[in-house]
Amino acid sequence: MLDVTYSPPKPKVIAGARQDWELVIGMEIHAQVASNAKLFSGASTQFGAEPNSNVAFVDAAMPGMLPVINEFCVELAVRTGLGLKAAINLRSAFDRKNYFYPDLPQGYQISQLYHPIVGEGEVLVELAPGVARLVRIERIHLEQDAGKSIHDMDPTQSFVDFNRTGVALMEIVSRPDIRSAEEATAYVTKLRQILRYLGTCDGNMQNGNLRADVNVSVCPPGQYEKFQATQDFSHLGTRCEIKNMNSMRFMTQAIDYEARRQIAILEDGGTITQETRLYDPDKGETRSMRSKEEAHDYRYFPDPDLLPLEIEQAWVDDIRASMPELPDAKKARFMSGFGLTDYDANVLTADLESAGFFEAVAQGRDGKQAANWVINELFGRLNKEGLTIADTPLSAAQLGGVLDLIAAGTISGKMAKDLFDILWTEGGDPAEVAAARGMQQVTDTGAIEAALDALIAANPDQVAKAQQNAKLAGWFTGQVLKATGGKANPAVVNAMVAAKLGL
Amino acid sequence: MTEANALTIAAARDALRKGELSAVDLTMACLTAMDAGDGLNAFVHKTPEIALDQARAADARRGADAPDLNGIPLGIKDLFCTKGVPSQAASNILRGFRPEYESTVTAKLFDAGAVMLGKLNMDEFAMGSSNESSCYGPAVNPWKSDDRELTPGGSSGGSAAAVAADLCLAATGTDTGGSIRQPAAFTGIVGIKPTYGRVSRWGIVAFASSLDQAGPMTKTVRDAAIMLGAMAGHDAKDSTSADLAVPDFEAALTGDIRGKKIGIPREYRMDGMPAAIDKLWADGCAMLKDAGAEIVDISLPHTKYALPTYYVIAPAEASSNLARYDGVRYGHRAKLAQGDGITEMYEKTRAEGFGAEVQRRVMIGTYVLSAGFYDAYYNRARKVRALIKRDFEQAFAAGVDAILTPATPSAAFGLGEMANASPVEMYLNDVFTVTVNLAGLPGIAVPVGLDADGLPLGLQLIGRPWDEAGLLNHAYVLERAAGFVSKPAKWW
Repeated sequence: MLDVTYSPPKPKVIAGARQDWELVIGMEIHAQVASNAKLFSGASTQFGAEPNSNVAFVDAAMPGMLPVINEFCVELAVRTGLGLKAAINLRSAFDRKNYFYPDLPQGYQISQLYHPIVGEGEVLVELAPGVARLVRIERIHLEQDAGKSIHDMDPTQSFVDFNRTGVALMEIVSRPDIRSAEEATAYVTKLRQILRYLGTCDGNMQNGNLRADVNVSVCPPGQYEKFQATQDFSHLGTRCEIKNMNSMRFMTQAIDYEARRQIAILEDGGTITQETRLYDPDKGETRSMRSKEEAHDYRYFPDPDLLPLEIEQAWVDDIRASMPELPDAKKARFMSGFGLTDYDANVLTADLESAGFFEAVAQGRDGKQAANWVINELFGRLNKEGLTIADTPLSAAQLGGVLDLIAAGTISGKMAKDLFDILWTEGGDPAEVAAARGMQQVTDTGAIEAALDALIAANPDQVAKAQQNAKLAGWFTGQVLKATGGKANPAVVNAMVAAKLGL
Repeated sequence: MTEANALTIAAARDALRKGELSAVDLTMACLTAMDAGDGLNAFVHKTPEIALDQARAADARRGADAPDLNGIPLGIKDLFCTKGVPSQAASNILRGFRPEYESTVTAKLFDAGAVMLGKLNMDEFAMGSSNESSCYGPAVNPWKSDDRELTPGGSSGGSAAAVAADLCLAATGTDTGGSIRQPAAFTGIVGIKPTYGRVSRWGIVAFASSLDQAGPMTKTVRDAAIMLGAMAGHDAKDSTSADLAVPDFEAALTGDIRGKKIGIPREYRMDGMPAAIDKLWADGCAMLKDAGAEIVDISLPHTKYALPTYYVIAPAEASSNLARYDGVRYGHRAKLAQGDGITEMYEKTRAEGFGAEVQRRVMIGTYVLSAGFYDAYYNRARKVRALIKRDFEQAFAAGVDAILTPATPSAAFGLGEMANASPVEMYLNDVFTVTVNLAGLPGIAVPVGLDADGLPLGLQLIGRPWDEAGLLNHAYVLERAAGFVSKPAKWW
């Protein structure tokens, strides 16, 4: 495996009217656990169901109903922790976070404040070849999602949909190690990639299955280094939390807006109020949701309906033993094993399906050539047709067959592209299709020689030019290919031209 | 022969098995007694149709191998959710609530052939010691003194009154700080709170989840053993339910406690304790000693902190458990004025729906959990709770088999008598019982004698965790020695 070393990126510096400022960002990612049932009930988590159709008695907080932990959700949280190189807490516990809202039927959210299931971990966020930010994970805890309040169906009444109520979320809390909007989105992208590799969250941001709360503060250059040396937050500025971001684009806009807003206040001699803010994508600004003074007192306390969650090291070890290869390792292996460039390895490991497809094509073949074909031809075509790798009409075996025909010298690169097109639209076995369509380059030196001899005899001027300047010998190659209807093997022709002209 | 409704479970079971009695006749006798007992305000919702259906089904399966409770008419505390039947925890906020599910306990009882006569009065959300916080008004103790109407105790006051007045053969109760044992003692019946986790809490309206346990309220210890056997057992739907086998409690009633060690905790000897209680306690010691047990003095040094600890933890959990009664999905919702929003809906709904005692405890609980007070109150209470538990563990580790204490600091008091007292005076009723809930132990109240006014008094036995069998056997010995056979004179 390649031992890649990275250097950290320079923090983004924002020039204010009076001085320079730096950004400091920490994130809380809410990732929906990829479980078919809720965290404490057997109700379905299917997206888009009829309102209030996926609701168990306990989800609706009917009197006397009790939560029972879904072991599969615990397993996926542990798997996620292992994927983020985090400490797994064999003993964790659930707490109640109390507040009133109609989409929170119990009047409390079951969460893990005091004893989360996963402790400290890390995520390597690559920003450019050789440049990466190591973002520390503080903790991951399991908690219930809330339902949905609907205010726009009736002028006088609000409605609630409890389908989402009680769905399992992992809250992944980072340290304030992120230093720009670009790093923030790269962090979310990397985390999402890892979660999808692990199969613990589908990462669908549009459906709200991955949402981020972004904590933003600004400080003068130099302050952050003091914080890192001491972990003393007083060196940093006061933060504001932008809630519930589920779009990378809006996240970037919100962070940049929020940074400018804070800088403007500070340069005017004001102070930042710690508060929760919402981003309004229509206006392109963040606005206050509630200040610290109005903040809820959540009255956390251990949930007496649930015993502490105790898991066995042996179970954790079993999960560890079944861990898939993760993006960093796969990328390193693709670079060292297949000789890929950093860029190609990144593209091909972006998601598991692409990586799997590539690997099936590259296995036992030229890795770089396989990468070129997958990235340029296959991905290009998929993009053009608005398809994803899951929808590809061309299998890895078919593409591999095409590459085999090239490697055997049976078809030329140009023929291969034609064959790719035919296989894409019509399917079939590459070798059979090529044979049926007469796609076979001429390697019969006799036929090539005859064509070349005729050309040399008919074009003494060109012979003279080529002998003075070898680059001009290509004219003969082109003419031979033309005369043979493109079927002559260019390599064979080149070699013969050189020999005949004495180059 | 006594009226059928006055039978014990054991006697009725035997008569039913022998064919001397039909479940329908037994149920009819209870329904008649129930209707005649309206003056006790014990039943708040009667289910005669369900009862007769169940009785007919019981008669159809009658026979030597029918379950123990086949055809036995029971009253069900209103805290238990019973499918299709009003279940409102004696609170206005659950007015009109009919669950679409059956609590584990009632489902198990019905599976064992039991007959439900109706739902029983209680303190609102099981918060109270006199049944006076009920939205239905208080149940009345069938025992009287000088024509004063007395409380049957609480919170399971309706259960106690109904059993003591022979309106049913037995009843379910729940006990968070003494709500089975105190009313049992006030009405001269037997009530056992099992070890926490022995009986499923699923489908029982929650008061304080870490303390709540359901148990039987019966006329005899044997009946308690029979009925507990049917109620107990692991339930995967309750994460705090223990996965332990349920022993044959009735078979454990050998009457032999020779060589057993009975602890007498010195801290339970309170200043100003009525002489009658003191004497009762001493009598109880003598009875157990006569039966061959060894009486030993023990110390449970953290006892004095039990009440304050309980009145931090129980309201804290209650404040959270009762947050769901918000007028959004079921139960009462206040009529709103023009311009009222969600906050007004919560405030008005909860102000109208909850009675004064429930509101007080929700506020106490909210306070002790709030930022800045959590460590001083809730966290400290949790630590003290651990110490209280350890006191008991040390006593049991030193070889004590059961602990004998008074069940209540007095006999039943008059209804309305505490109306102007401070809430803390009412809370003192729980002084001998809350420790048992805090430690998660099994405890049983057994009627042992009458006071000078002719009112029943009970003693409490506390057992080792999961040793209900041993505890019931000790109680059985005490019951036989005390020979308590008094019944209240029928006035209702």
